[in-house]
Amino acid sequence: MKVLVPVKRVIDSNVKARVKSDQSGVDLANVKMSINPFCEIAVEEAVRLKEKGVATEVVVVSIGPAQAQETLRQALAMGADRGVLIQSDQDLEPLEVAKVLKAVIAEEAPGVVIMGKQAIDGDNNATGQMLAALLDWPQATFASAIELSADKAKVTREVDGGLQTIEATLPAIITADLRLNEPRYASLPNIMKAKKKPLDVKEVATLGVDLKPHLKVLKVAEPAKRSAGIKVETAGDLVANLKTAGVL
Amino acid sequence: MAVLVIADHDNASLKDSTNKTVTAALVLSGDVDVLVAGKDAKAAADAAAKIAGVRKVLLAESDELGQGLAEAVEATVLPLMGGYDAVLTPATSQGKNFSPRIAAKLDVAQISEIVEVVSNDTFVRPIYAGNALETVQSSDAKKVITVRATAFKAAGEGGSASVENVAAGAASAKIKFVDQQLVKSARPELAGAKIVVSGGRAMGSAEEFSKVIEPLADKLGAAVGASRAAVDAGYAPNDYQVGQTGKVVAPELYVAIGISGAIQHLAGMKDSKVIVAINKDADAPIFQVADFGLVADYKTAVPELMDALTAAGK
Repeated sequence: MKVLVPVKRVIDSNVKARVKSDQSGVDLANVKMSINPFCEIAVEEAVRLKEKGVATEVVVVSIGPAQAQETLRQALAMGADRGVLIQSDQDLEPLEVAKVLKAVIAEEAPGVVIMGKQAIDGDNNATGQMLAALLDWPQATFASAIELSADKAKVTREVDGGLQTIEATLPAIITADLRLNEPRYASLPNIMKAKKKPLDVKEVATLGVDLKPHLKVLKVAEPAKRSAGIKVETAGDLVANLKTAGVL
Repeated sequence: MAVLVIADHDNASLKDSTNKTVTAALVLSGDVDVLVAGKDAKAAADAAAKIAGVRKVLLAESDELGQGLAEAVEATVLPLMGGYDAVLTPATSQGKNFSPRIAAKLDVAQISEIVEVVSNDTFVRPIYAGNALETVQSSDAKKVITVRATAFKAAGEGGSASVENVAAGAASAKIKFVDQQLVKSARPELAGAKIVVSGGRAMGSAEEFSKVIEPLADKLGAAVGASRAAVDAGYAPNDYQVGQTGKVVAPELYVAIGISGAIQHLAGMKDSKVIVAINKDADAPIFQVADFGLVADYKTAVPELMDALTAAGK
C-alpha cells in the first residue's frame, strides 16, 4: 500500500515567533525553519508502517516555496522513499491546500493519507478534515494509535473526555496527534542517502486548482503581555493573597 | 443575517462553551438558532432553549450523531445552511473534527478559533501558539467559524425558545464507530472550570501526580490539568493536557505545580484571571506570568498549602 504524507515547512517549534513592527505578519527572515512537528509524527508513522511491511512506498509532498525541498529531504532522511514539491510562493489557506492535495492524490492514488492534525504557524487544524470532505473519503482525526489492514484502518482518537476508536474503510485520511509516536532522529548516513532520493518539483499552476484566497489578513499584532506578579514566602501568605484577590 | 450555533453537549446537559459561543453569535446577529445533534439529547436541547437570546433550537438525533461521527454532523448541518449566513461551533476536539468539513463542502474558508468578533466579516484569531493575533476579513458569503470559548462570556439564562426536530444526516458507510473510553470524573470539566490545578513533570510518576494534585483540586473544587510533559510521561491522561495542542483554559484561578512554563503550556493558560506558580526553580518561565509565585519544593509546599486552606476555612 502506498502511503502519502503531506508535510509543511514552518518556523522551528523552539523559536518564539515575533510580530513585525508594521503589523503585516510574523517576521520569518533569518528564522530557523523546520518540518511541522505534527507532520514529523505523520512521517514517522508512515515509515514504521513500511518497516512492518504494511506500507510499500512512502511518498511525502509539500506545498510551498523552493526551500520546502529541505523539509522534504528531512522527511526522506527519516525513511520516506520519494518527495514531491508543489512549488508556490503564495501562502495558501487550508481549503486551497486541501484542493492542491486532492489533485496530487488523483495522480498518486495512495491507499491512505497520514498527515499532521495542525500546523504550528496558522494553528487552523482544518486541512485533513477538508481534504476528506472534498474527496468523500472517511476521516480519522487526532490519532493516537493506528492499526492498518489491507482495506481498513482502525484508529484510536483523542477526543474530549478520553479516547474513541473508529474503523475507516480505505482509502482514508488520518491526522496525527502528539502521542501517536515519538519521531526518530535521522542518522548521518540516512541524511546522506536522502540527498539521492527522487524529488520532483512542479509549479502549483500546472495543477489547475483555483487558489483564490478567501481571507484577507488586515493585521497581525502582539497579544497583551502579562507581567510577573509577586513572590510570596509561605503557603499562608499565598492563601491570604488569594483571598484578597477574591478568587477563593 | 441569521446564525446557527452547533452545541457542545453530552446529550444530558449543555457544555458552558455553547453559552459562550452563543455570545459570539449574538454579536453577529439577533437571529441565533442552536443545533443540538446527538442521541436522546432532548435534555440538552431544552437547556439550549433557555439561553437568553436564542431564537429557536433544532434537535437532530441518530446513533451516528450520538457517536459524534464527523460525517454525520456535516450531513445534518449542510441541508440547514440555506437558511443561515454563518455557522459557529465551539473549538473543542469534536467541533474541530467536523467544522472544516462543512467549510469545504460550502467551498468557504474556516475561520478558526476566533477570540473576537470585530464586525460581520472581520475576526481576531490567535496564531503561532498565541504569540500573535491575526485580524482577518472574510470575503465568503457564508462564514464557517470555530470559537475559542474562553474568550467570550457565557450567555445567561432566561430564554424560552421553541425546540424543533430536524432530520439527522446520513453517516458515511465507510466509517464505523467501534468503542470509546471516557474518563468519568466528579470534578468540574477542565475547559469550563472556575479553578484549575495543574501538575507538571516534577511529579515524577502517575501515583505521585494523583497523590499531590487531586486532593488539592478537590479541596478547591477545581478541575485537574497537566502540562504536556506530564501527559507525555504518562502521569496524567491526554485530555488533562493544557496548552496550545491540548485544552485552552481561562479560569478565575490557575494553580501550576511543578510546571516550568514552556511556551506551548503558557499558550493554554495565560488568559487565566489569577495565576499561581509553585516551583523550586526560581528561574522557571512560569514565574514570568504568575501573579503569585512560591519558590519551593511542591513536596513541602502543597501539604502546607492544604493546611493553610483548611485554616482559612476551605
